[in-house]
Amino acid sequence: MKRVAIVGIGHSKFGKRMDVTINELAWEAVKQALDDSGLSQKDIDFYSVGNLGFWSEELLPAVTIGEYCGLRAGSLKTEAACASGSAAIKVAYDSVLSGNSKIAMAIGVEKMYDSPNPTIIELIGRAGNYFWEFENFGLTFPGYYALYATRYLHEFNAKEEDLCLASIKAHHYGSLNPYAQFQKEITMEDCIKARYIAWPLKLYDSSPITDGAAAIILASEDIAKKISDTPVYIDSQGYATGSANLSRRDDFTGLEASRRAAAIAYKNAKIESPRSSFDLFEVHDCFSIAEVMAYEDLGIAERGKGIELLRENQTYHDGRYPVNVDGGLKAKGHPIGATGVSMAVEITKQLRNEAERGRQVEIRKGRAISHNVGGTGHYAYVTIYSRGD
Amino acid sequence: MPMLQFTLEVIKLDDIFFDKRTLELKYQIPLGKIGEFFRGLENGKIMATKCIECGEIYFPPQTNCPECPNSGVEWIELSGEAILETYTIINVKPTSFSKYPDYVVAIGKLKEGVKVLSWLNIDDQKKIRIGMKIFLRVVKREEDYYTYEFFPE
Ligand SMILES: [Zn+2]
Repeated sequence: MKRVAIVGIGHSKFGKRMDVTINELAWEAVKQALDDSGLSQKDIDFYSVGNLGFWSEELLPAVTIGEYCGLRAGSLKTEAACASGSAAIKVAYDSVLSGNSKIAMAIGVEKMYDSPNPTIIELIGRAGNYFWEFENFGLTFPGYYALYATRYLHEFNAKEEDLCLASIKAHHYGSLNPYAQFQKEITMEDCIKARYIAWPLKLYDSSPITDGAAAIILASEDIAKKISDTPVYIDSQGYATGSANLSRRDDFTGLEASRRAAAIAYKNAKIESPRSSFDLFEVHDCFSIAEVMAYEDLGIAERGKGIELLRENQTYHDGRYPVNVDGGLKAKGHPIGATGVSMAVEITKQLRNEAERGRQVEIRKGRAISHNVGGTGHYAYVTIYSRGD
Repeated sequence: MPMLQFTLEVIKLDDIFFDKRTLELKYQIPLGKIGEFFRGLENGKIMATKCIECGEIYFPPQTNCPECPNSGVEWIELSGEAILETYTIINVKPTSFSKYPDYVVAIGKLKEGVKVLSWLNIDDQKKIRIGMKIFLRVVKREEDYYTYEFFPE
């Protein structure tokens, strides 16, 4: 089968970006991706924009961003909640894979700070089943993951301190990533003494509200090598949808949709042993508990043993399974629709050996994986990337 | 990608345009197909649907069984007897819930096999234990409408 490669990447600074509109923010990533590839807007045959929206003013961001950035090819906006960016990659990838486009761009962007904080909490709490979970019971987004955290900690005798290990690691790598929202280390004391937002989850267990954009340019294999000296191929993508109501989940210690998406991605990329196949894991750590469940759902830890990888520092950049050495969602930030594309940018950077000092992983297998979850296992996208050498 | 050092300018309030238009969102949700559920609440009953063909119980209730497209469903009353599977305490609340003290959202597994997500109405939150017996009952909220909550047995 013909392959598709990433030939250009762009990434804005993540954070509270009240210096730009959604269009200007997207441009930062789009311009970098065009510069990185040496291509111009007219070379793009199709583009997609991962965005959840509601908190920002534009209803048709693919159109307003297209106008601002000089993109005129066919386009659409993709929504898969916090995995909207991976959904944008999916449609751009499929477009190239099918031969409908030679070159396509996937953009992810979110402008959350355009609304006040209470509006954001109100909106994001509805990311499940509106009537049966929000209307009557006021569930919040941290609340969803807290339901998993409570059960996980109970079932596997883990402590809130164990979850903090994920947050401490995230902030360590955030401090080394100039694009990250938070660039200061935190201590166990900072984490454990922080206020509860949805018991047992506290402030540092949670990803922040973030503005940000990321973009990648995809090209078919036959022209990828002419565009880039260091193409990074998409080997496979697996995706799955979980139940809307959390009450329809079988268990609360892992995300079933993640496991299903991973199994599809592994099968299609012929990965037999996930533990010995990847130099880097970009996982959806919107909350500390989500990172632990991701280790298990991706198969690098057995059920209930994810915490041990943290206790043994095995997921730092020099450990056995480097995970989120860009700060992850918790420290790099989580601009909803941009996150999946940001993961692809980080993986491309790492596979090109271009990551900043102190956080470049050793590339031996030439392969990496992203795990991007929408909502609380409502959507799951797992994507496998390789240098193809 | 070139390594960049960011120095974002400090934004003055003057640089932000405060929208002069307000959009109020308040949905009109058509729930007529499951009207039986709401009539049940008014009579103190918590109802679910059950596929006549395969016997699958649906909560939240739905009037189509996706597994048996040509089958109908019947309404059944749930026992309310449940075991607590997991819970959280919502400390940072949505604005529309700000008038409530920190509330417990729980998921209980009912005797019938279905799970229900709702508040767990308990005086002492420290006494909550996973695996404890809880009971689902109809309650009237101060907004003057009926819903359901778990209570300790
Ligand atoms: Zn049926």
